[in-house]
Amino acid sequence: MTDSSLRLVWVYPDLLSTYGDQGNVLVVERRARQRRVPVTRIDVRSDQAIPTSGDIYLIGGGEDRPQRLAAERLRRDGGLGRAVENGAIVFSVCAGYQILGHEFVNDLGRPEPGLGLLDVVSVRGEGERCVGDVLADIDPALGLPPLTGFENHQGITHVGQRARPFARTRFGKGNGTGDGTEGAYNDTVFGTYMHGPVMARNPQIADMLIKLALDVKALPPADDQWYEALRAERIAAASQPA
Amino acid sequence: MAGNSEPLSPRAKLAVTAGRAAAAVSRAAGRGSGSVIGGRVALKLDPDLLAALATHLDVVLVSATNGKTTTTRLLAEALRAAGPVVSNALGANMPAGITSALAGGSDARYGVIEVDEKYLAGVARDVNPKAIALLNLSRDQLDRAAETRMLAEKWREGLAGTEAIVIANADDPLITWAASSCPTVVWVAAGQEWKDDAWSCPSCGGVLQRPSEDWFCGKCGFRRPMPTWALSGDHVIDPYGAAWPIHLQLPGRANKSNATVSAAAAAAFGVDPKVALERMYAVQAVAGRYDVVSFLGRDVRLLLAKNPAGWLETFSLIDGPPAPVILSVNARGADGTDTSWLWDVDYTRLAGHPIFVIGDRKLDLAVRLEVAGLQFRVCQDADEAVRSAPAGRIEAIANYTAFQDLRRRVGN
Repeated sequence: MTDSSLRLVWVYPDLLSTYGDQGNVLVVERRARQRRVPVTRIDVRSDQAIPTSGDIYLIGGGEDRPQRLAAERLRRDGGLGRAVENGAIVFSVCAGYQILGHEFVNDLGRPEPGLGLLDVVSVRGEGERCVGDVLADIDPALGLPPLTGFENHQGITHVGQRARPFARTRFGKGNGTGDGTEGAYNDTVFGTYMHGPVMARNPQIADMLIKLALDVKALPPADDQWYEALRAERIAAASQPA
Repeated sequence: MAGNSEPLSPRAKLAVTAGRAAAAVSRAAGRGSGSVIGGRVALKLDPDLLAALATHLDVVLVSATNGKTTTTRLLAEALRAAGPVVSNALGANMPAGITSALAGGSDARYGVIEVDEKYLAGVARDVNPKAIALLNLSRDQLDRAAETRMLAEKWREGLAGTEAIVIANADDPLITWAASSCPTVVWVAAGQEWKDDAWSCPSCGGVLQRPSEDWFCGKCGFRRPMPTWALSGDHVIDPYGAAWPIHLQLPGRANKSNATVSAAAAAAFGVDPKVALERMYAVQAVAGRYDVVSFLGRDVRLLLAKNPAGWLETFSLIDGPPAPVILSVNARGADGTDTSWLWDVDYTRLAGHPIFVIGDRKLDLAVRLEVAGLQFRVCQDADEAVRSAPAGRIEAIANYTAFQDLRRRVGN
């Protein structure tokens, strides 16, 4: 942290906030404040510069054309890459996840360069869209309980050598590669296809990001009653055929 | 069909009769009004039936993400000043339901037709409407629906060159984009509270600038057209600058907006705005929406809100605190099965209200409200919520199937 408050940057809400993923910002902010960590939330519109001094950057899902526009503007801006070099944490969802990789397929059906912050490459699936509840086991190295989320995408994302799959699916498609992987991460950069929003379904991920940013091992407990009830319901729902 | 100059073809007549029979069977089986099944049967027998039924009518189509059912009712009421009207007043807004509604109105001179967004271009091709009213477009059921801008693009292509007078909300950039390919557009400043689906220019992708009520793209120059009609507070301003008071039984800014567009559309049929607006007062509840019912000895107002833009408009019309509020959300097929949109709704607007949460997805709502820092109580059902609510009229806000569940439970 560069000053006394946790700097939470919400990237391009004008383009990448179509599927409720701003819930991730709200959950991280809420859970930090509940632990008496002051938070500065910075919403950056796509005609503004990305600040490089943030602690946690959150990027959401968006429709195909806004995704291309966001990739163009983020490449031109360059701020997110500098922030990652400074050790910032990035957590991205769906269209945002694809943008962090080397390449994805844009709304015009052409390959679009990403930011190369995560060693993944995305193509467009030929089959039906992946839509529905997902249940997955997060990489044990992260020490988190099962992942629950809602996927709604047509992407297929291949995870390269310099990244690890974020989770292995029990139910649902995840990266769409057929090998059961879901999402990807390296040291401080995370990507997932999960909406829900993912932090509302998995507040432990929000806590993990806060701990990484504060460089602490543990946080004071929070009241997780409603989160836990929702998790139990959604995990049961994902395990049942629709 | 009395009053028509040309009778329907034998095939069309057979199709209408068969459709009515199918509808009657469906009704007898207790499966609702049967209008959709009836229309389906009829269209199967004569695919051109919709066009044939519309030939003898002056048709106006109404489409939008929100407010299309209410606007259809308001406009139908206004046009009755000029002659008999047939309308799909129950919201069956796809081709089968529309066909069925038109088949039932043999004496009508005007057809006021609500059309589902996805079908607008096709229905407009079939029925050769005299006017088309376009209210707003915003995110809705994204797990199965087309992307919002894609929908605007489809309208733009499908309506290009239409002979209809298009009455369009100039305050919605996506509506403006969709309508601006049409030769004749009446622009209405009808307002729109929800702005989060139109921050990028529908034309070039630039960032839209939105100083106060205006909007424009700094990059390509696409901008808000100059409106000739406007909603201004409680009045409709007509193209001559005259202000006509809006008196509605329906609450809220959004319904004033619907009334304004309806008045502008009615004018295209020669109905004076004063007459049109006076007639709109007759519209009370629309398919149960806004109805105040008595349940367990309490007054409960039923409010439908299906998507973030709808919730935002609903928050602005409910009684202030300490009016108790019941929220109910389902995620069945007709609602969209993804509840993530709850996080695009600013629930902090409910601060100060006692809040009671029900519905299939009450736990999603509970987490949403917890993160918004609100006090709330999760209840098993409507009965428990109503019994738990403190004194005062209860505002019950529900999404699509949750609203139907609520209506059924309270006997509406």
